[in-house]
Amino acid sequence: MSEHELQAIFDRKIENEVKIEPKDWMPDAYRKNVLRQMSQHAHSEIVGMLPEGNWITRAPSLRRKVALLAKIQDEAGHGLYLYSAAETLGTDRERIVLDLLEGKAKYSSIFNYPALTWADIGAVGWLVDGAAIVNQIMLQKTSYGPYSRAMIRICKEESFHQRQGYEILLTLCRGTEEQKAMAQDALNRFWWPSLMMFGPSDKDSPHSAQSMAWKVKRMGNDELRQKFIDQTVKQADFLGLTLPDPDLKWNEEKGQYDWGQIDWEEFYNVIKGNGPCNKERLAARQKAYDNGAWVRDAATAYAKKRAERKNKEAA
Amino acid sequence: MEKKQALFNYLLRLADNSAILGHKLSEWCGHGPELEEDIAIINTALDLLGHSRSLYTYAGEVEGKGKTEDDLAFLRIEREYKNALITELPNGHYGDTIARQYLFDQFNYLLFIELEKSSDETVAAIAAKAIKEIRYHLRRSIEWTLRLGDGTEESHAKIQEAFDDVWAYTGDLFVQDDSDLVIIAEGIGPDLKAIQPIWREKVKATLAEATLLIPEDGWMHSGSKQGRHTEHMGHILSELQYMQRTYPGCEW
Amino acid sequence: MERKDWPLWEVFVRSKAGLSHKHSGSLHAPDAEMAISNARDVYTRRSEGVSIWVVESKHIHSTLETDSESMFDPNEDKIYRHPTFYDIPDEVGHM
Repeated sequence: MSEHELQAIFDRKIENEVKIEPKDWMPDAYRKNVLRQMSQHAHSEIVGMLPEGNWITRAPSLRRKVALLAKIQDEAGHGLYLYSAAETLGTDRERIVLDLLEGKAKYSSIFNYPALTWADIGAVGWLVDGAAIVNQIMLQKTSYGPYSRAMIRICKEESFHQRQGYEILLTLCRGTEEQKAMAQDALNRFWWPSLMMFGPSDKDSPHSAQSMAWKVKRMGNDELRQKFIDQTVKQADFLGLTLPDPDLKWNEEKGQYDWGQIDWEEFYNVIKGNGPCNKERLAARQKAYDNGAWVRDAATAYAKKRAERKNKEAA
Repeated sequence: MEKKQALFNYLLRLADNSAILGHKLSEWCGHGPELEEDIAIINTALDLLGHSRSLYTYAGEVEGKGKTEDDLAFLRIEREYKNALITELPNGHYGDTIARQYLFDQFNYLLFIELEKSSDETVAAIAAKAIKEIRYHLRRSIEWTLRLGDGTEESHAKIQEAFDDVWAYTGDLFVQDDSDLVIIAEGIGPDLKAIQPIWREKVKATLAEATLLIPEDGWMHSGSKQGRHTEHMGHILSELQYMQRTYPGCEW
Repeated sequence: MERKDWPLWEVFVRSKAGLSHKHSGSLHAPDAEMAISNARDVYTRRSEGVSIWVVESKHIHSTLETDSESMFDPNEDKIYRHPTFYDIPDEVGHM
């Protein structure tokens, strides 16, 4: 079949909502685009374990400790599902991980912000997971089959994550003045970075239009961000917390909230490596990779030895 | 000593073992040697924390002063924690964690199969549920002992050293005091002295299969049952208790 | 640089007795035993299964997209393989 015919088959599939599967023909640019998105997404899950991990040993009750631990463990699982999905495109996980460690791959910049108080664990669950879920629900319908299936599994498992965070904040807001202030402070610090999670405005996003055309993404960054804001305002009200945006106001005509300006200079700086924790996050991943090397090698060597012993017995 | 006090002490020791070891294992979250292993070791941490919750809750009931699992887990002074010394040792490298885990799992397994037969119904029920998980912990820590012992030269040397280092803390697991004697007499828990030789045989067999030498029985540290801990314990508690101590009396 | 990655495995989980194993996903493991352990820890954290199969991914063979027309389309018109192809009077009852 000529490349022209293969391209036509591919286009027809995208048009008719038929998923693209690993062994199907696909344009190189599509392969690259999907791989970039999946690996970024996977790295975000893994690096995302670190800020919350910072509070596991200080969780204030056993119930909170096991919930947080289970949530972070899920993130490891989700990273694993996404790496596996990325591996179907003919690269292996170690290569993808090395791209992260070598600074060639990105992850969500939100995880370069520090988790300073216990309330931050609530804010991360409520806002960061909340924003991620808006994005991930959309991605369940992505055109690449393995990515879509990973997202469906992830969305199912993540349903408790946001509730976990919101419940933490609810408890703080019903507690002492000091606890409520802690919650408000966390919201103040995490609100804008959460909005940045959806990426630059579509008009400034280098990949957005092509991703939409290939149905890798099904909604634009701005639309997703608006959706998140609209659903979050009510939840903040219920907590009795104030979103740190003086311009936030209901627009009757548009049926959605108007809101202020994202500090894009901060966004691009954090991406460039100038965030409060960029270095620590990558250093932690590098350390785990380096310190794990002899353990991984030992298991490989043992498997080889045992296979040889078995072969000898059989002979 | 009366039975109630002995049972309370006994439950706290079991609960503290699980809580402190679960706490130490949870430090691996996000830092494991491979993604699959990160997930697996957190499962063990979650199981142990689960056991501690059931045991603390029951300990609170036995004591009858209205203490919750969190009161007991978070609000005692160091001397009142009765976890075995081995559970509070630093994670070290992965081989140190595996050596500590295997020796504890082997002990915990032998202990909990006996606790399943406890004359105390609640203890028996908690043990019956926990033993399924502990059996799996043991299986995994044996698998890793074999892989690190009979893996590469480097891993062999590292895990051998890890076993040698941790060995002096294993005697503490089998020390018995007045509470234990009441517990044995009441048929609530087993005589640890009877478990010790079985534990030793099992450990010897596993280490032999892993091409490792069983360390020599020299001087053994002890003191956990009197709440005499290593220097590490205070640091564990300063993190564990940070929130509860900084903001007393709050709901979280 | 030498590749030291553990090999990739495919995981199949039987969700309850009586059902067949279904593909759950993949993972890395040094050998079959660890693959099964890891599969238990990764893919059955929410009681999703009662039995696990693992197979190294390299042992899976599959059809190709370019063959799919000749592999699967020819069966679309073999309607005589389906019960509705045959006319049986209602009076005969359920058959």
